[in-house]
Amino acid sequence: MTSTPKTAEMSPARKAYFAGMRDGAPFTLMAVPFGIVFGVISIDAGLTLAQAMGFTILVIAGAAQFAALQLMVENASIAFVLLAALAVNLRMAMYSASLVPYLGAAPLWQRACIAYLNFDQTFITSIARYEARPEMTVPERMAYFFGVATPITPSWIGMTFVGIVAGKAIPEAWALDFIMPIMFLAMVAPMIKSFAHVAAAAVSVSVGLALVGMPAGTGLLIAAGSAMLTGALVEVWQERRAQ
Amino acid sequence: MTYTTAEIWTIIVIMGIGTFLIRFSFLGLIGDRPMPAFVLRLLRYTPVAVLPGMVAPLVLWPVATDGVFDPVRMMAAIATVLIGVWTRNVLWAIIGGAVTLYAAMGITALI
Repeated sequence: MTSTPKTAEMSPARKAYFAGMRDGAPFTLMAVPFGIVFGVISIDAGLTLAQAMGFTILVIAGAAQFAALQLMVENASIAFVLLAALAVNLRMAMYSASLVPYLGAAPLWQRACIAYLNFDQTFITSIARYEARPEMTVPERMAYFFGVATPITPSWIGMTFVGIVAGKAIPEAWALDFIMPIMFLAMVAPMIKSFAHVAAAAVSVSVGLALVGMPAGTGLLIAAGSAMLTGALVEVWQERRAQ
Repeated sequence: MTYTTAEIWTIIVIMGIGTFLIRFSFLGLIGDRPMPAFVLRLLRYTPVAVLPGMVAPLVLWPVATDGVFDPVRMMAAIATVLIGVWTRNVLWAIIGGAVTLYAAMGITALI
């Protein structure tokens, strides 16, 4: 190990980058079971090493990759595979919009890099930080986002490779399937700060469960849309009552 | 799977481009132009609107148990949320949830 740079000597953006790396590090845990499983099932499904790696590197979106692979195994039409997988990713348009107030002023090429790295873990971790620290400058926010992505992205890609080569998934008895729900809940729970957040989360859960049978992520989109509207309306209603 | 190599690469590349465009969409096109106040209000709820709905089915009907309700996983989920709300710390919530999961699995294995 090299010596860690002293915090006092670092520029604010460097500090933000290292803070992001620290906050992103736990999510490498999540990449282990899911990256390996994706590697294993993509080879089982008949993809070559290059195709499986290409998938992971070009798309980097676990849920959509699994959805696409499932449909490919069933020999669905190419158009349907694409439509379903992209529907699973549509929630990320909401992520993209949510980042505008924080990162909109950054140069276009930086925003394009962020877009490539904008998935659940990086988005939620970064937006939580931006909300908690409104004084952050745009370069600090950028650096933080890249910091969060730094440990997560290579481990997701690397673990896919391990899965391809090892060809063996982690035994189910380890219950690693539940790492993902635990991590997502752990990310979102600290963000529940007001009655409006509670109401939004409750609507998200109930609509999400009610529409679970709808194809490829469309139920989740409706759940998320209704939950956002609920949160915003509760907020407006509370402001009116306070006046 | 009966696709040709070219078809598989078509799927991968279009999915990659499509996913990028979805992620780039608003951030890329709006830039630093101001957004309407109500839209900003809506967007403040994105994380709490997306993640709970995404996770709820996995908690109630876990994939590993073929969709059969599992009290152990339910307990772990509840512990994660409570610790997360209480400590406001992602790491503690993950640790608390994982410890609950494996402790409860250990106890049920002994019974």
